[in-house]
Amino acid sequence: MSVVHLENVKKDFDGVAAIKSLSLNIDEGEVLGLFGHNGAGKTTTMKLILGLLEPTEGKVSVFGHAPTSSHFSDYRYRLGFLPENVSFYQQLTGKEVLTYFAKLKKVNKSRVYQLLDEVGLSHAANRKVKTYSKGMKQRLGLAQALLTEPKLLLLDEPTVGLDPIATQDFYQMVDQLKKSGCSVILCSHVLPGVEKHIDRAAILGNGQLQALGTLSDLRKQAKLPLKIQIQGELNQDILCSELENITMDISSLDDKTLEINALESQKVHILREIMKHPGVSDVDIQPPSLEQLYRYFVENDVNTGNIDRSHFMNSQAKQKEGVQ
Amino acid sequence: MHAIWCIAQKELKDGLRNRWIVAITLVFALLSIGISWFGAAASGMVGFTSIPNTIISLASLAVFLIPLIALLLAYDAIVGEDEDGTLLLLLTYPLTKAQLLLGKLLGHGLILGISTALGFGSAAVIIALFASDVDLYALSVAFTRFILSATLLGVVFVAAAYFISSLVSEKSKAAGMALITWFLFVLVFDLGLLGLLVATDGQFNPELFPYLLLLNPTDVFRLINLVGFEGSGGGLLVMASEVEFGYMTLFGVLIGWLLLPLSAAYWAFSRRKI
Repeated sequence: MSVVHLENVKKDFDGVAAIKSLSLNIDEGEVLGLFGHNGAGKTTTMKLILGLLEPTEGKVSVFGHAPTSSHFSDYRYRLGFLPENVSFYQQLTGKEVLTYFAKLKKVNKSRVYQLLDEVGLSHAANRKVKTYSKGMKQRLGLAQALLTEPKLLLLDEPTVGLDPIATQDFYQMVDQLKKSGCSVILCSHVLPGVEKHIDRAAILGNGQLQALGTLSDLRKQAKLPLKIQIQGELNQDILCSELENITMDISSLDDKTLEINALESQKVHILREIMKHPGVSDVDIQPPSLEQLYRYFVENDVNTGNIDRSHFMNSQAKQKEGVQ
Repeated sequence: MHAIWCIAQKELKDGLRNRWIVAITLVFALLSIGISWFGAAASGMVGFTSIPNTIISLASLAVFLIPLIALLLAYDAIVGEDEDGTLLLLLTYPLTKAQLLLGKLLGHGLILGISTALGFGSAAVIIALFASDVDLYALSVAFTRFILSATLLGVVFVAAAYFISSLVSEKSKAAGMALITWFLFVLVFDLGLLGLLVATDGQFNPELFPYLLLLNPTDVFRLINLVGFEGSGGGLLVMASEVEFGYMTLFGVLIGWLLLPLSAAYWAFSRRKI
């Protein structure tokens, strides 16, 4: 059974559609990256899953129940949420804030200390939250989300304000949670670093899914070129002419380095050609990054807009024919 | 119930932390001791006069202060949490909106109850200790009734503050609206009634008039602390002495006055965009 299930969900705000049509499934122990630019509908999607918003149309179910229903309260113990901007209670200390949230979730106090330690806030536990930096608040938020060892975790921009080491620690924690069967929705527009830690990526744009799948699925769909860099003492002209019938997209970075952009399907052919040259000392292959994929799918949306328009013109033309 | 109590505890702790409880208690204690002792200074007497005089003076003081304090205490209950981002978070917890409101009401009610009991209670204790010829039973009954009704009045305005807080999107707007609410109920309403009386040369339906007083919780509070004291009280309340409302009726009306803004607050909170 999927932990989160969205079926043709539509959400209007005062008649303006924030989510046009969204269907999404998240399985147990799956980490889903939810990406999109500002206003793409990421936060609205999160709020729908959290039961803070009622869908205008369609069905949302979490743990098999509608999250807006009154009896969903019992399932909220297994739910963790880290909001994007939370300043907590300024006049309380970090420990007091976490203790308050722990009480609401019926979690005992030893867990509070354990979590403060895990997120590296023990030293600041007795300081008021108003003295905390953005990163410390973010860690407090994270501790709060993990109080009950949740089965579903929603994280809105979790790494904002975290330093590189804390970010690394955070992703390791996500990996651990995943292993223990927790499903995670990671909502972000900060892309570097997240690739290795997500099972699937969902790219939202214009209130609908522009792409959904594992990264290798998305790479296949996008057919973006991969980048091959060759280093070594070699005759670049000869190599270029040899590769010409496979790909033309070759550029010389300096006299020892060549860069080739090629499709996935051409990779093996190119490598075979390269290996014939004894001067090659290093070959580096970079598949398209999540950032490039993101760009591709978000910009592709503009293209589909064009297709829609041409489709519209076609139908107009057909109407004219009909008149004639 | 667990969630309600958690939230109430937090509000109560906040009340202790930010010195609200201490401040309100001190203000009430000083003013009530002062009034009990020097309330009759105008007529050339210093010292305790009588229970009715004292309670009526205290009531006219409390009727101004308590609604103001209650509104100040609670105007940011919802909008403040929203601005801090904690409302969004709390609503993802095992907690309904009704529980959140009731928990806050219980917490703020306890703050007001404790301060009122300690503040005005200290006046009662001082009277009992130092004044001569005091009927201790009558004193304790009068003060218990006073403290209960004062707390209830406070809770009515706390609920009104929640309604305001659920409606608006900025804290400052909530503060402004709270002040207007105070002004309307504490000053404008009575002035309006007086105006009505003057304009009609006192010919306004005298049977209906006492019931008009029930339309304002502050007047209900004053009536509660007036009933039973023969021929005393001033201003508008004299008009009401013709109709005898029982304590039960008056407390019932005040509880009704609590349920009205509380339901309105729940309605506004449920519709609030999170």
